[in-house]
Amino acid sequence: MSSALPTSITSSRQNILVLCLAFISGFIIMAIELLGGRILAPYFGSSIYVWGSIITVFMLSLSIGYLTGGRLSLHNPRLTLYGSFFATAAALLFPLVFWGDAIMEAMFLRIEDPRYGSLVVSMLLFFLPTAVMGMIAPYSVRLLVMDHQRSGQIAGKLYFISTLGSALGTLATSFYLVLWFEVNQILLTMSVVLALAGALAITVGRNSKAAAPVYL
Amino acid sequence: MPKINSLLRILPLCIAALLPAAAQAQSGTLNTIHQEKSLYRNILVTEDDVRRCMRFTITEIGGQNQSCYFLDNPDKLVFPYAKMVLTSLLVQDNPQRILIIGLGGGTLMHTYSTLFPQAEIIVAEIDEAVVSVAEEYFAYKSTDKIKTVTEDGRLYIKRAGLRNEKFDLVILDAFNGDYIPEHLMSAEFFEEVKKLLPANGMVVSNTFSSSRLYSAESQTYAQVFGKIFNIRMANTGNRIIVASQQPLPDKATLEQRAAAMGDRLAKFDVKPAEMIRHIKTEPDWDTKERVLTDQYSPVNQLNN
Repeated sequence: MSSALPTSITSSRQNILVLCLAFISGFIIMAIELLGGRILAPYFGSSIYVWGSIITVFMLSLSIGYLTGGRLSLHNPRLTLYGSFFATAAALLFPLVFWGDAIMEAMFLRIEDPRYGSLVVSMLLFFLPTAVMGMIAPYSVRLLVMDHQRSGQIAGKLYFISTLGSALGTLATSFYLVLWFEVNQILLTMSVVLALAGALAITVGRNSKAAAPVYL
Repeated sequence: MPKINSLLRILPLCIAALLPAAAQAQSGTLNTIHQEKSLYRNILVTEDDVRRCMRFTITEIGGQNQSCYFLDNPDKLVFPYAKMVLTSLLVQDNPQRILIIGLGGGTLMHTYSTLFPQAEIIVAEIDEAVVSVAEEYFAYKSTDKIKTVTEDGRLYIKRAGLRNEKFDLVILDAFNGDYIPEHLMSAEFFEEVKKLLPANGMVVSNTFSSSRLYSAESQTYAQVFGKIFNIRMANTGNRIIVASQQPLPDKATLEQRAAAMGDRLAKFDVKPAEMIRHIKTEPDWDTKERVLTDQYSPVNQLNN
C-alpha cells in the first residue's frame, strides 16, 4: 500500500488550466443563452414563452451534459478527452451560425404556434452544443479532485470559477458585445475560443501523459 | 412586507397628484381606477377631472402615459404624437386596410375608424391584458371591421407576408418608454413591413427622437424605403417616420392637400396646414450611423 499523499490526475499547473477552461465554458454557455433570445426573436417573437423555451432547453441540455460528463469521467479521466469536449462544442456552434436562419425559417413555416416553434428550434439549435459544454463541469471536478475529503471544497471552487465566468459572460454579452458586434460574429469568436481551449488542453494532456502518475 | 407594500400603494397617488403629467398640469386629484399586472408590465388606468389615461409601469411608481382621452371630448387627441400620425394623411388618404402594431388605449384605432368607417382595421397587440383593459376602460371593441390579434407584431407581419396580404397603411406603435424589442427595429423587419404595402402603401412609425438610436433607426428606414419624412415637434420626445413605396409629395403638394382637407380633422384637434412645418424631408441625423439588422440591433443600449 503506497504511503504517498493522494495525487490528482492533473498537476497544479494543469489545475489552473482546468479552472481557466471551466471559466471560459461558463462564460460561453451564458453568452449563448443570452444571444438565444435575439436569435429566435425575428422568427418567434419575444413573448415570455420564447424565453421559457430557451431556458428550458438550456437547463435540459446542461442536465444531460452533466450526467454524460460524469459518466465519462469514470473511465481513464484525462485532459485530452476534456479538451475534446471544447473542440466538439466549437464545431457544434457552426450549424447555429450557418444554418440557423434556414432552420428557423423552416420551422416557422411548419409550426403555427410560436411557443412550440421556439421550443423545437431551441432544441435543434442549442441542445447539442450546450449538452457537450455541460460535460465540462463534472469532468473538471474529476480532474481536480484529490481525495473525497476535499471533493466538496474542490467542486465548490470549480463552480465558483465557472459561475463567475457565467456572470461575466452574461454581463459582457448584454452590455457590450451586442453593442459592438453582430450576433454571428460573437458566436464565431466563441467557437474559435472553444477550439483553442480544446487544442490547448489536448496538447498539454498529450505532453504530460508520459510524466503523470496513473490515478486508480 | 405588508407595511411597505401598502406604503407603495399610496405613494403613486401622492406623487401622481403632485407631478404634472405629459404636457399639461393636473387639475384636481388623480385617481388610479384600475391596476393590473400582465406578463409584460404593470398597467395602470388613471383619471382626473380632465382625462383618463393608460399608463405602463415596471414598478408601481412612475411610467409614462401611453394613451389618454379627454373625458368631455373623447375624439380630441391628447398627445402630439397622435396628431403627427394623423398628419400622414397628407401623404396618403383613404386607407381601406389598416394594420396597427401596438394597441395602447386604442386612440389611433378609434380615430382611424371614425375617419374611415368602412376600412378594415387589424390591431396586433402582444399583451392580452392591454386588450382587456382597453376594452373595459377605453371603449375599445372588436367589430366586423376591427379585428384584434394577440400576437407579437413581427410574427403577424411575417405570416401576413407569406399570405401575400396587403395593407394600405401600417402603423407601428409598439414601443413604450422603457424597452424596445430589438426585432421590431431592424432592416429585415422593415423589409417585411414593406412587403405588405401595395403600390401606394404607407408605413407610419411612432418612435423616439433622441440619442444614437435616432440616427441608427433613421438610417435603417432610409436604407429600406429611400426617402422618408420625419415629423418632429418641440414639445415631445416622440417623432413620427412616414415612409412609402412611392416618392413622397413635395411641400407644395402637401400644402394643397392640407387646404383641400379643410376642417376634416378639426374634431381631433389636428390642423394639417400648421403641421406641415414640422415635417422634415431631409436627413437631420448622422447618415453614417450603422444600420440596424437582426444581427446587430443594440437598440436599448443605444437609447441610453
